[in-house]
Amino acid sequence: MKDNYGVVVIGGGAAGPATAIKAYDCGEKSVLIIERDEQLGGILNQCIHNGFGLTRFKESLTGPEYADRFIKELEKRNIEVMTETTVLSLSADKKITAINSQCGVFTIFAKSVVLAMGCRERSRGALNIPGSRPAGIFSAGAAQKFVNIKGFLPGKNVVILGSGDIGLIMARRMTLEGAKVKAVCEIMPYSSGLTRNIVQCLDDFGIPLYLSHTITKIEGKERVTGVVVSKVDENKKPISGTEIHIGCDTVLFSVGLIPENELSKEAGVELSPGTKGAVVDQYRETSVKGIFACGNVLQVHDLVDFVSEEAEIAGKSAAEYSLSGEKIKNYIATRGGSGISYVLPQKIDVNTEEDISLYFRVRLTIRNARVNLKCGENIIATYKKPILVPSEMQKVKLSATALNNISGELSVELEGDKQ
Amino acid sequence: MFDVAVIGGGVVGAMVLRELSRYKLNICLLEAEDDVCMGQSKANSGIVHAGFDAAEGTNKARFNVLGNRMMKAVCKELGVKYKNNGSLVVAFNAEQVETLKALKRRGEANGVEGLEILGKEELLALEPNVSDNAVGALFARTGGIVCPYNLTIAAIGNAMDNGADLKRNFKVVKVEKINAHYKVFSENGECVETRLVINSAGINSGEISKLAGDNYAVHARRGEYILLDKTAGNLTNATLFFTPTKMGKGILVSPTVDGNLILGPTAEEIVGNDTDTTAEGLAAITDKASEMIKNVPFGETITSFSGVRAYNDKHDFIIEESKNNKGFIELIGIESPGLTAAPAIGKYVVEELVAKRLKLEEKTDFNPYRKPDYFFGELSSEEKNEIIKRDGSYGKIVCRCEKITEGEIISAIRENPKAASLDAVKRRTRAGMGRCQGGFCQPYIVEILARELGKELTEITKCGAGSEILEGKTK
Amino acid sequence: MKKELTCIECPKGCKISVELNDGIVENVRGYDCLRGKKYAESEVVCPVRVLTTTVRCSSGGMVSVKTDKPVKKSELFDIMKRINGITLDSPVKIGQIVKKDIAKGVNLVATCNK
Repeated sequence: MKDNYGVVVIGGGAAGPATAIKAYDCGEKSVLIIERDEQLGGILNQCIHNGFGLTRFKESLTGPEYADRFIKELEKRNIEVMTETTVLSLSADKKITAINSQCGVFTIFAKSVVLAMGCRERSRGALNIPGSRPAGIFSAGAAQKFVNIKGFLPGKNVVILGSGDIGLIMARRMTLEGAKVKAVCEIMPYSSGLTRNIVQCLDDFGIPLYLSHTITKIEGKERVTGVVVSKVDENKKPISGTEIHIGCDTVLFSVGLIPENELSKEAGVELSPGTKGAVVDQYRETSVKGIFACGNVLQVHDLVDFVSEEAEIAGKSAAEYSLSGEKIKNYIATRGGSGISYVLPQKIDVNTEEDISLYFRVRLTIRNARVNLKCGENIIATYKKPILVPSEMQKVKLSATALNNISGELSVELEGDKQ
Repeated sequence: MFDVAVIGGGVVGAMVLRELSRYKLNICLLEAEDDVCMGQSKANSGIVHAGFDAAEGTNKARFNVLGNRMMKAVCKELGVKYKNNGSLVVAFNAEQVETLKALKRRGEANGVEGLEILGKEELLALEPNVSDNAVGALFARTGGIVCPYNLTIAAIGNAMDNGADLKRNFKVVKVEKINAHYKVFSENGECVETRLVINSAGINSGEISKLAGDNYAVHARRGEYILLDKTAGNLTNATLFFTPTKMGKGILVSPTVDGNLILGPTAEEIVGNDTDTTAEGLAAITDKASEMIKNVPFGETITSFSGVRAYNDKHDFIIEESKNNKGFIELIGIESPGLTAAPAIGKYVVEELVAKRLKLEEKTDFNPYRKPDYFFGELSSEEKNEIIKRDGSYGKIVCRCEKITEGEIISAIRENPKAASLDAVKRRTRAGMGRCQGGFCQPYIVEILARELGKELTEITKCGAGSEILEGKTK
Repeated sequence: MKKELTCIECPKGCKISVELNDGIVENVRGYDCLRGKKYAESEVVCPVRVLTTTVRCSSGGMVSVKTDKPVKKSELFDIMKRINGITLDSPVKIGQIVKKDIAKGVNLVATCNK
């Protein structure tokens, strides 16, 4: 083990390996990935369902297969990987302190660091759902790990809160393994998962989806015995008198993902309230020079293909920084107009020769939409989209030529039929 | 034949047990649940009260002030985190400032040192996030915070290391008096014979006293709490109380000794031992906390819970030998400030009440220190590396939020009182207590427990029989 | 006979209704594009799915697997029963055939290395 690297990638999940490969291919031959689990691939290893890679590989791969494509590429290169190693701290001058069984606590210095730590699931506790605290309450991801990796069934009669994709996928998975999924409850008036998953994970098996409903009480002393489900009003407040009781022994929570930015904060990286990830430019450089971010630690993605794309941008930029140092940049800010929850990157260097992509999410479903990129009153570009939904991240491209002529703030504005 | 059987492994029973273990006595702890510290000692505020609340001359006042003085040293011996962060009783109007003055006089009469009334500026200098509506505060320098379950578990573990016996799942259902000793029976038909019985059964202490023919009424009051992430732990330095009014003491806002922010408790009379949280209770906490502190980041909430506190009609601790039963010692209604008072109660019960009935002879080999007397995460890199070199499992982080290693989890399963469930591991190590609430580490800890205990994964429980985590194998 | 379904070709999720006569599609309504029409026509006649699940590994743990072609939706649980009887010995390589003809003309293949 060395104590100096060109690029250190923290996290070897969906984003990390793609970052490392790109950094290596861009000429930085001193690359290290630090991964806390026993193997690379992260959460993809337990996502055994298919549907990954449709954009990138034009194939419908399972999670482990998608991860393996990158791991195979990684193995062809002289990239160092440390597994079962946890980063304890990161400083702004890119000093990394990590721990594992072989080396104990040790320190590494990097020229550039890529944050690729991923995200965690929001827990029951974060929602303040009243009731008891028995066994049988799981995050959808923990249940997925038990079923797919360990081969154990968490319960027989299941209610799922949250219609995020992991929750939907687990509804089908547990049904196939012999459990009865009695309901999926979603507090919003629309599902936060992909239509494909609603149809193939719920409709296929006759699992009811209760929109604008939430769990208002969990019952059971040692083990869950049931839940009370209530309809909610437009402010997401439970409506008294709408309670229904559902008997079950298991409750799964699939209520959102939160980027794991504890290390980023420690290094002084500025975070965005919209993404809960770092504020970055189009190179995925954070507010701390030489620290980059990509994947779900930067913004929660719904498609892994976009994670890989983002990881490669960060990998290329990290290699350029470690090899040739700082660029001179001329920033403008980006902003989301009404109906947009965030735009990434949050700032753009207009001294660029490369086209860029802007990513954003909408708050409401919009049909027959026009996405306008505006600079003051000037419309720089317009994109037509038949439909924009909150569960799908949107992407629009902007040419370098257009960028070179912009000054001031770039805002993303929506027009269309709001629902 | 035991010399003393302590019924109930809460903090009071734990401190009595530990005091007893200093002497050449054959002692045991009878615990109804699968693990110790399963009642009010696991779900409370964790405050080391200064001692100005209770009226002069009460047991509460006396043992609170004594316990407060003992706490730091006890925590040091037991390897438990303790912080002398101070307490502030905040006043929001002139009438409340008068109440503060009365509290100060009362505290001084109780023997509390270092009490001071602060004006608004002084208060804001100490606590910049306190509400703009605050006008002053009573500052109690001797107030502190401690982890209540760590303290309880460590005291029992230390007593066990010094020879005490622990019987789990021993729910006492019958007590027979036979000449000069007692036969204590469990629900499962086991029997323990003992010269002395100490009833420290908390919420169940009234029932236990009835089994011996005594009659102490014990009532239950539920308190709900909200716990915020460590990112919110710096919102206050001291523990902030509302000025007590006719409506009660209100909730407190405090950092915990582990760095989280705790809000609560509510106070609701209930029958039984129902520790559910309620929408009303949690809403009341957020409302009250916002009156005390500006911009509470409720989005950083990581969990909510509730505990049931036992109290008696006198609203004072009953610490006495039963009038009907010689050698049956009743500790009834040890509500707040019971945690603070516990070390002093333990000492008093053994040195004054037990000593009347049994000859106390000190052990020469009593070891007041509990192993490990450090927190792995707080060691220097060099110290950590010494340990990892001996045992690689300390180099493997299992709980990423709290940075708890496999070595610490294994130690909790092997050391007294041995952790045998997921919650037991959590209370001993904090694994699963962080912002993801076990979402990532739960599967790993279930595996470690199964491996260490020689059990199947399906046999591993959250907190004892009936709370198995997994239904069965797939396929 | 009339069947209602939700199109999965794009996020619009069009509600499409198909009229069937003796298993023959007679009329399709509610689609916004031709992809949707095509999806609905095949979905009502013979819905098929790729089945992904796991197989127990003799050395402990699970091996993730999938059918190498879509199988009839109506046969999913029968195929699951057959799969659940299989135990694999490591090493297993991605793409390796775990069971030939788990359904007619469909093989079960490993999707992870173990």
